Amino acid sequence: MRSEQQYIDLYETQRDLICRHSVPVLNDARAAAFAAFSRQGFPTQKVERYKYTDVAAAFAPDYGVNLARVNIPVNPREIFTCDVPNLSTQTAYIVNDSPAFEPTPFACSFAQAAKDCPHILEQYYNRLAATSDDAIAALNTMLAQDGLLVYVPRQQRMERPLQIVNILRSGVPTMVNRRVLIVLEEGADATLLCCDHAMDNVDFLTTQVVEIFCGANARLDMYELEETHTLCRRFSNVYIHADRNANVSHNSITLYNGQTRNTTDVHLQGEYAEVTLNGCVVADKNQRVDNNTLIDHAVGHCTSHELYKYVVDDTAVGAFAGKILVRPDAQKTASTETNANLCASPDARVYTQPMLEIYADDVKCSHGSTVGVLDEASLFYMRQRGIDEAEARMLLKFAFIGQVIDEIRLQPLRDRLHHLVEKRFRGELNKCTGCALCK
Amino acid sequence: MLEIKNLHATVAGKEILKGVNLTIRDGEIHALMGTNGAGKSTLSNVIVGHPAYEVTEGSITFNGQDLLAMKTEERAHAGIFMSFQQPIEIPGVSMTNFMRAAVNARYQALGREPLKSTDFLKLMREKRALVGIDNKLVNRSVNEGFSGGEKKRNEIFQMAMLEPTFCILDETDSGLDVDALRIVAEGFNKLRTAETSALVITHYQRLLDYIRPDVVHVLLGGRIVKTEGPELAQKIEEQGFDWIKEEQDA
Repeated sequence: MRSEQQYIDLYETQRDLICRHSVPVLNDARAAAFAAFSRQGFPTQKVERYKYTDVAAAFAPDYGVNLARVNIPVNPREIFTCDVPNLSTQTAYIVNDSPAFEPTPFACSFAQAAKDCPHILEQYYNRLAATSDDAIAALNTMLAQDGLLVYVPRQQRMERPLQIVNILRSGVPTMVNRRVLIVLEEGADATLLCCDHAMDNVDFLTTQVVEIFCGANARLDMYELEETHTLCRRFSNVYIHADRNANVSHNSITLYNGQTRNTTDVHLQGEYAEVTLNGCVVADKNQRVDNNTLIDHAVGHCTSHELYKYVVDDTAVGAFAGKILVRPDAQKTASTETNANLCASPDARVYTQPMLEIYADDVKCSHGSTVGVLDEASLFYMRQRGIDEAEARMLLKFAFIGQVIDEIRLQPLRDRLHHLVEKRFRGELNKCTGCALCK
Repeated sequence: MLEIKNLHATVAGKEILKGVNLTIRDGEIHALMGTNGAGKSTLSNVIVGHPAYEVTEGSITFNGQDLLAMKTEERAHAGIFMSFQQPIEIPGVSMTNFMRAAVNARYQALGREPLKSTDFLKLMREKRALVGIDNKLVNRSVNEGFSGGEKKRNEIFQMAMLEPTFCILDETDSGLDVDALRIVAEGFNKLRTAETSALVITHYQRLLDYIRPDVVHVLLGGRIVKTEGPELAQKIEEQGFDWIKEEQDA
């Protein structure tokens, strides 16, 4: 049986159940998403953007889906006392794909939003995902029943960062379809910390679609940290729309996982918009991490910076493909793209593919990538000073990845991540033991 | 005490050392001179345990321990330190973290508790003052962007932190101006105790004006061919190595 057939069958037989436990805006988008998914199926590895990830294989196993929205018995507040030292946050929890928190000033569930501000959902939901023509986004739209809305009205500012804690919790192999919509109106300002955790040692398959609308002069600082376990598969699609003079920073950190595919598409639609994409990947054992990014300069005078760094060890495989597209009207574009990778063992692999596609003639763009091994001369120097080989290797890996962590604007989070990455390299973080941003 | 007997060593399959015998007692300074390619750096790399060098014959004992059976870091813990001819730059690793790891590794090997953070920083301050190294350098990544003189001074700073009993100064004078050379040599002399012994590798007499050797050896063709007092260095400075080669050939 083709891998997609079970999802087609699921939808066809359970459509009413899905819709009954959802909200109208999500239900309205389902039919078109189902048609798109049925038409294209999962992308094969012959599809350029998916050449490094076997999607069909990841979706082939039989996962349970909680379509009846049975309440998951978890009180996240009892499990997590989430806190980055010296950083005060508001916290929103999502258990599997269900928001589980009281509405805060800027965040609520879709179910709540359908009552309080349906026009926002109607105006923005699925606007970016639908046009992406991506099978996983379509599958997510077809099955998603609730989600998290972050809405910062005109000229308003989040005083404290919003921390979104994603908790995977189940006794049986489970598929989760998480949906997040982030709307920053003109001049709004927000900082979001998202972290993924798996509480149970079973197979989890997560699809996630995050749509971000960043209005004129708005500023968004967003961090996504994955710290799950080797049985977790994550397919995340993040779509960012930036208007005039908007400033968006998106930071993706894969600290512990099974298989991860992150698609990040940025559409710079207003002049003088600026986007920063940073990525940090630490993988070992048999872990897989595939980051695929697109930065679309549709108009002139926009700036983009992209820096992804990987440290892969054992038999882990990393992949990075980043395309910068500069359209004919996007004069005065400034863009940099860097991907640097360290293979810490002879069997670790990294595939890297930086791409520039430029159709304008007055632009400044650079791109580059490297794949290297630990420097023998440095190792010897450290060992001569008495540092044992394992520690020396750790210091070098830490130094390599530290550069991208130093890019983090929030100092308390930066300090926290330095600490976590060090623990990760020391092997003290070899399974999900709870929230990384806590404790 | 360091005792080298009939040491043969190869690098990339090529034999460089062809039977070196050398004994250095506690408190002694030995100078090692020789032409380019004679095997001086090979000898120092073999003593500290560089993985690229293979010992094919002979032995090295250090205070009764079989050095060749020990890992590079274990040799360091035993008290062996090499000041590198070309110190390595390690971007992203701060001098502080580097030194903390090195000092604590040594403490652990000696069965001592690791230093508390405040005590460690205090030690850093003391030793920095002793060798006159700028605080700015210590706050940077290891050797990154250091001038030639700063790198060599940083080697002496590391020596101060690690308090070795046997030091190899591998062409510490290369790339240094006269003032920098004097400062580095004085730093070394300040750190010396009555037990500290050293092997000073150099091409020139100049360094030996500051660090006075007890014995001078000449290494040619992978063997020590001449061993005399300090006056030998002066003679080499004036006459080169040809006369020694001629003596050998005769």
